[in-house]
Amino acid sequence: MSTVAVRTRPRRQGAGLGLLAWLVGIAFFLPIAWMALTSFHSEADAATNPPSFAASLTLDGYREFFGTGGGASPWPALINSTVASVASTLCVLLLALPAAYALSVRPVRKWTDVLFFFLSTKMMPAVAGLLPIYLFAKNAGLLDNIWLLVLLYTAMNLPIAVWMMQSFLAEVPVAVIEAAQIDGARLPTILARVVAPIALPGIAATALICFIFSWNELLFARVLTGVVAETAPVFLTGFITSQGLFLAKVCAASLVISLPVLAAGFAAQDKLVQGLSLGAVK
Amino acid sequence: MTATTTAPIAATPVHARSAPSTRLRAWATRAPLLPALVFMIAVTQLPFVATLVISFFDWNALYPRARHFTGLDNYRQVLTDADLRHSVWTTVLLTVTVVLVSLVLGLLLALLLDRRFKGRGVVRTLLIAPFLVVPVAAALLWKHVLYNPEYGLFNGLLHYVGGPQPDWISRTPLMAVEASLVWQWTPFMMLILLAGLQSRDHQQIEAARVDGASDWQIFRHLTLPHLRRYLELGALLGSIYIVQNFDAVFTITSGGLGTANLPYTVYQSFYQAHENGLASAAGVLVVIGSIVIATFALRVVSSLFREEVSRA
Repeated sequence: MSTVAVRTRPRRQGAGLGLLAWLVGIAFFLPIAWMALTSFHSEADAATNPPSFAASLTLDGYREFFGTGGGASPWPALINSTVASVASTLCVLLLALPAAYALSVRPVRKWTDVLFFFLSTKMMPAVAGLLPIYLFAKNAGLLDNIWLLVLLYTAMNLPIAVWMMQSFLAEVPVAVIEAAQIDGARLPTILARVVAPIALPGIAATALICFIFSWNELLFARVLTGVVAETAPVFLTGFITSQGLFLAKVCAASLVISLPVLAAGFAAQDKLVQGLSLGAVK
Repeated sequence: MTATTTAPIAATPVHARSAPSTRLRAWATRAPLLPALVFMIAVTQLPFVATLVISFFDWNALYPRARHFTGLDNYRQVLTDADLRHSVWTTVLLTVTVVLVSLVLGLLLALLLDRRFKGRGVVRTLLIAPFLVVPVAAALLWKHVLYNPEYGLFNGLLHYVGGPQPDWISRTPLMAVEASLVWQWTPFMMLILLAGLQSRDHQQIEAARVDGASDWQIFRHLTLPHLRRYLELGALLGSIYIVQNFDAVFTITSGGLGTANLPYTVYQSFYQAHENGLASAAGVLVVIGSIVIATFALRVVSSLFREEVSRA
């Protein structure tokens, strides 16, 4: 690999481009860093022009956000979001794992079509089914019920999950499975001892990505929930209109509500591309 | 057919191969697929059929008794209504701008990150972060913390250099929405293109370099053709998500100042105006637009998919 020819380029150029990459990276991260810093400023320091970079730090923004300052508590919304995201992710795994296994087995050509059917449903804009779902929920008394969101988020993530998982399951080398068969292993043993260890990181990444999409969802939550089943993104929409000096509070709220997604995203970082490109890119 | 590489798993149950049990086995292998399939059809396809039916009715939820069949009237109204037509145009403009700009930026970033330098992993992490902020939170961040004309970060930084203090959102509302989306979607494009760059044939590139090809020639004649599929994939997946964007429009401008796109219009016409029929017709139009994009997307994904499978 390291032929002399590769090194003919001047080193200085390489260092310059490395520096440029750093600058661009910092520029992209700057809004988030500024959001984090502002969340630790007092409201008065947060709303100055020019900005007060070195203002003293305080937890007031977080106190305000968590409702000790008198506003609505975000805890019900955070709990609702957790229930909706975790429960729908579990349902997705339950439905997608057998389906992905059956598809990565692929005995006939037609199965690719099934795979593409799943994908095509993902391409249909959610907004197109919104009204009938709303009318159905209204008649069935399911409005403002978190389990309706669990059902919808399961459907929303199932196609991606089936695609991702079948691409992860397909990575299990056939030779290893054959060897296990020759040794007399039965299907459950093969699944537990051979398939699972290889596919598990991929399955975990799938779960994390489904969690992210459910946690982020706004449109359905906004239309189908009210006071009881409100999720975290819906809670955030309460900050759309300005309420006097509230920047530190907005930043604290945005940061706290984004933390689970940032954590899940970085945990799945290695498999993120494969997942988001529906397994088309490895 | 390339899709049979892992087929030997199918031959697992080694028992008898007689005719009746073959059929039974076919169903046994098919069975795990059925719950997911039935669930998807019930939850995603049935509502759309209902939308299609409702779109042929004049139906305002506030006057349910006046509901009646109107044929294609809603579609005529959607396509002739100036506001709605404008929202079609806004959707196209928003999607194309965001996808193209984030694709170009993503390509530049991917090229920067494809080389080795100190702290590459850290820079990659910094760059991914915008994609991992909850979309509503990101929109709030841009609206209040960056764009605010009095104390936003942009005008704060402009203040240092004595620049103007524009009211970003009211002066260029659509661009304000687009910029926030570009910020979130550039990392996505970068990740896909970076994966594309790293799957290049490095021996071929070295051979070209030994033969005296310049960096630009290598990029133009080797890298870019190789990246074509990945660019297409990024553009199409990006389009699918951004055509459907609701969060940024809803949060930053609340659909005002001519930024209402189709998803927002659909939301508004049934959630606020209670026009069920019109909303459904607009929804069907969004679907038709998406099908056009999706047809291309599926083709690209399927060609990459075949390639991956045959390589495996």
